[in-house]
Amino acid sequence: MRRIMKHRLFWPLVALIVLIVINTIARPQFAKVTIQDGRLYGNLINILRNSAPLMLVSLGMTVVIATRGIDLSVGAIMAVSGAVALTIIDRSTDPNSLGTVLTALVVAILVSLVLGVWNGFLVSVLGIQPIIATLVLMLAGRGVALLITGGFITTVNSTPFEFVASGYILMLPFAFFISVAAITALGLVERRTALGVLTEAVGINPEASRLAGVRSRIIIWSAYAASGVLSGVAGIIYASNIRAADANAAGQFIELYAILAVVLGGTSLMGGKFSIAGTVVGVFIIQTLNSTILFLGVPSARSPVFFAFVVVIVVMIQSPQLHRFAGNLIRQVRSRGATDSTGDVEVPS
Amino acid sequence: MTSLETTPTTRSRTGQFVRNFVSRRAALIPTFAAIAILILLFIGAEIFLRGDFISPRNISALLLDNAYLLILAVGMTFVMVTAGIDLSVGSVMAFTGIWLAKLLVAGMSPVIAVPLIVLGGALIGLLIGVLVQYFDVQPFIASLAGLFLGRGLAYVVSLSSIKVEDTAVLWLQSTRLRLGDWYITPTGILALLVVLVGAYVMQFTRFGRTAYAIGGNEQSALMGLNVARTTVAVYVISGVCGGLAGLVLTAYSGAGYPRNGVGTELDAIAAVVIGGTLLTGGRGYVIGSMIGVFVYGTIKTIISFMGAEQSWMQIIIGSLLLLFIVIQRAIVARSDRRG
Amino acid sequence: MLDRGAGFTAVPPVGTRSRTEKEDATMPANIAVPSIVEMRGITISFPGVLALDNVDFSLRPGEVHSLMGENGAGKSTLIKALTGVYAIDSGSIEVAGKNQTFHSTADAQAAGISTVYQEINLCTNLSVGENVMLGHEPHRRRHIDWKATHREAAKHLEGLGLSIDTRSMLARHSIAIQQLVAISRAMVLDAKVLILDEPTSSLDRGEVDQLFTVIRDLRDKGVAIFFVSHFLDQVYEISDRITVLRNGQLVGCFQANELPREELVTKMIGHELDDLAAISATAERDVDRTGDPVIKATGVGKRGVLEPADLDVFNGEVVGIAGLLGSGRTELVRLLYGADRADSGHIEVGGEPARMTSPRHAIDHRIAFSSENRREEGIVSDLTVAENIVLGIQARRGLRRIRSAEQDAVIAEYIEALDVRPADPTMVAGNLSGGNQQKVLLARWLATAPELMILDEPTRGIDVGTKAEIQRKVAELSEKGLSVVFISSELEEVLRLAQRVVVMRDRKQIGELNSRQVTLSGLIDFIANEGNGSAA
Repeated sequence: MRRIMKHRLFWPLVALIVLIVINTIARPQFAKVTIQDGRLYGNLINILRNSAPLMLVSLGMTVVIATRGIDLSVGAIMAVSGAVALTIIDRSTDPNSLGTVLTALVVAILVSLVLGVWNGFLVSVLGIQPIIATLVLMLAGRGVALLITGGFITTVNSTPFEFVASGYILMLPFAFFISVAAITALGLVERRTALGVLTEAVGINPEASRLAGVRSRIIIWSAYAASGVLSGVAGIIYASNIRAADANAAGQFIELYAILAVVLGGTSLMGGKFSIAGTVVGVFIIQTLNSTILFLGVPSARSPVFFAFVVVIVVMIQSPQLHRFAGNLIRQVRSRGATDSTGDVEVPS
Repeated sequence: MTSLETTPTTRSRTGQFVRNFVSRRAALIPTFAAIAILILLFIGAEIFLRGDFISPRNISALLLDNAYLLILAVGMTFVMVTAGIDLSVGSVMAFTGIWLAKLLVAGMSPVIAVPLIVLGGALIGLLIGVLVQYFDVQPFIASLAGLFLGRGLAYVVSLSSIKVEDTAVLWLQSTRLRLGDWYITPTGILALLVVLVGAYVMQFTRFGRTAYAIGGNEQSALMGLNVARTTVAVYVISGVCGGLAGLVLTAYSGAGYPRNGVGTELDAIAAVVIGGTLLTGGRGYVIGSMIGVFVYGTIKTIISFMGAEQSWMQIIIGSLLLLFIVIQRAIVARSDRRG
Repeated sequence: MLDRGAGFTAVPPVGTRSRTEKEDATMPANIAVPSIVEMRGITISFPGVLALDNVDFSLRPGEVHSLMGENGAGKSTLIKALTGVYAIDSGSIEVAGKNQTFHSTADAQAAGISTVYQEINLCTNLSVGENVMLGHEPHRRRHIDWKATHREAAKHLEGLGLSIDTRSMLARHSIAIQQLVAISRAMVLDAKVLILDEPTSSLDRGEVDQLFTVIRDLRDKGVAIFFVSHFLDQVYEISDRITVLRNGQLVGCFQANELPREELVTKMIGHELDDLAAISATAERDVDRTGDPVIKATGVGKRGVLEPADLDVFNGEVVGIAGLLGSGRTELVRLLYGADRADSGHIEVGGEPARMTSPRHAIDHRIAFSSENRREEGIVSDLTVAENIVLGIQARRGLRRIRSAEQDAVIAEYIEALDVRPADPTMVAGNLSGGNQQKVLLARWLATAPELMILDEPTRGIDVGTKAEIQRKVAELSEKGLSVVFISSELEEVLRLAQRVVVMRDRKQIGELNSRQVTLSGLIDFIANEGNGSAA
């Protein structure tokens, strides 16, 4: 039992389950799933579908954080991606053709990849701090998206495009399958290849990794590239959902929620060991919280207050200070000033 | 080694002056770059807009349209000099702004309402500062919590905008003190006052110098400085500035609006960085941040004069930010090199 | 460009008699000067380690007192006890006759104890004058009076014989000057005791002279100087008394001029019981030195870090590098491995010129490097033992994951061969003991089947039994043809395993010895004095 409790996923899962249970008790129709026209409907299904953009962005954010970095530009990349896709469809001769839509999607994703590679270049080659490097794109990216859409909110009527966010396959939302595909793909790449372990090594101890011969630069670079691609797909889903490209609203604040999801899932902001499963649970926690807040009648605009408390509680729990208090309360050693913040005992050399 | 001469053979007085300057004030170089850019912008705009740009009216408007950002930038400078960051300022500004509107509409006197909202901003700053100093939370995450809190509270106050009728507050913006064609409003004066006070504190008080020390040396506690109090205080200052900016913005637009200030913290950070403050802390000047805000404002004005789309605004600011970061790194690397 | 040392006048202030070096060493031992600091019976322990065991230490005003000891001797712990960083378990500290309990560094500072740390603890982003007066700036009305601040700062700097532009940024000055500024700051705080922690690590000879002039000057003014340094020559040059610690215990306190160098070195290193004689005398083995050496470094050096040195290793040979801590051993091998970039010299591998500017280059040439700092530069602490072992070969293979079966086989093989305990590959590496972490590190490198293995202090901080295991392993491997560069502070180990021994001191290579032709005391003698060793 203790081993289960010590597992990284334990508390996040407990939190999620508790949330779901509370919701079900408070409003029994929360857990109700109905079938209509061969499709499943219900609150839970909504969560599965609506969480897709955040899920994709959070997955990318997870690998970036694992390299001790951060990606603030994910929302902007979403906006650009949506703008590109919609503009292509809008300007095409037949917006309803599958070919057009597929072209639009491919181009949008390629553009997102380029943006991710750009971020990676700034961080891994030029050595610019990740916060600032991705801040640049965060600022400029939305401007670019606005330019592409000409300052308007481009709308389209395109059945294939709408399918991305609203369509169903096998009774479940298509968007959910995109999430599953992303999770599976990332999981396979990280754990079936050596990329996952090498990324963790780079994040935990960059110097030891360097001395051991690990190619840090490529690893960091590809993390940002992946984040870019995933944000691009998220942008497409978002645009498909509102059937428009809204350069200002697309992915607004999503970087903050993505970081929160990653932290909730147990991955440390300091980099190193990461957990894709943890991020998945973190995303569902956030979505369920959102749903709960809405149910409580709180206008969604006010929900950030709740999330502020969530952030505070989570960081306080994870804070090394708390560990220091909870651990050895009485110690012989008091380190002043020159402590390492993990609170380890400084055994003299 | 024989004794070394103290007065180097002066090649020329200007040479000596330049050398002294570089050795004493290398940190000011990015700020001078910002001033240079500002001048270039003015000249360029003047040329392209056929002499319409540099006018007392436009320059006066520059201060007033950006007074809120100026105040935020001062607070941000304090935080960034300690190697921190405050992502909450835009949301705090929105929250305090609309709270003020609501209080005024409810009949509260501005004499009470204004200090109250400033206190609100200060409390959010206090929360962030405590998290950073006493819980070892990264400033990014701690101020993120502040951002969520401010934004959410803004909507808690009201879901839609609230118009302000209070004459006292509106007076702050509508009164123009004229000097020929130049004019300034009380909000502009307030902004300049904040800048002056901020600059004074950073330069002439032990508190301000401690902020620099914290940014320049992670172990500054070993120097016997009161790191804890200073760290918390800079975030409180940023919160106070958020509150004052909320006041100014509400006076300026005549209403409080919960959606205000989205992304404004990034504008503030960009302005401060362009003005010469290092993201890594330890260097920066309030006056420099003011220049940065003027650069920002000038670009905005030029864009609107040119009739170009507002989207260019963000692209240019983003690119400028990148340019400055890269240049900063190069300058810092060179001026730090020892023989 | 930077003015190095500009503005420094080597003239001491008027009215002070400055002593020459010879006079330093002859301060009579029987002067009954009351100590300014008296530490008695200091004991400090951490979980699992007894850092200081009943140590006495005293400082007299107007003396330079050095503390000597190898790694793990307890030097830094003693200093931290005196500066208020650590609390003491038992014993007492008296400053100026008054019993003191330090709860923080501020307490120690208030008692008149100032420290200048190795990493200059100043703010390089502020001006010189500000650094000197930071926290104590004179005020006029409510605000800082900068004119007065710079004036006072200049005055204090003059007191040390420094006249530099106090308005210039600290960053623009050399480390040597920065150090003097730090000392100046200590004087502003009215220090009675000045602790200098490795002050000369980054200084060149001229700068060391400047510093020593200042130190002597302060000493003459009655300040007690607590001097900590690895550099034997300098310690003898400046010290009045020397205290030696070993393994947390006090070996003794001596007058510098009454303690010959070999004796000092012997006291520091100690005579460890030699229960390792069972290891086959690898040193006796003949090595074939015809043909190209596995690696040959000529004139390899880095400014401020290491004087150009030569090193070559032949197939199946074990070359030892001996010298005290800080002598440049690690710096040399890091340049060999490409962990640091050399300014000068060149390297040949197997007779061919080789580029060695990054670890990847070294790895491609089948060179392995086990760092002395196994926690920060070796073990990836949050990864498991298995992941750590596999890291080397995995890094070589890039993204293609090594198949689980193959991984498990390699892991199991090395866990067994090196007897890693606990023999659990899923254990988080950070939780292992130092000795087992070292074994995991060794396993990682051995798994890459290197041709040359560089081992930097592989047995440091490890219990005797594991030490023996590791040495046995090294001997075994070298017999099978692996070339090894072996660094150890334990000179018996070096002599036991190496055929040739390169000797370093004070960042310079001073010679090479044939291990068959030298005894332990001979080696110690060579290290301590600039002897003429005959190369093999």
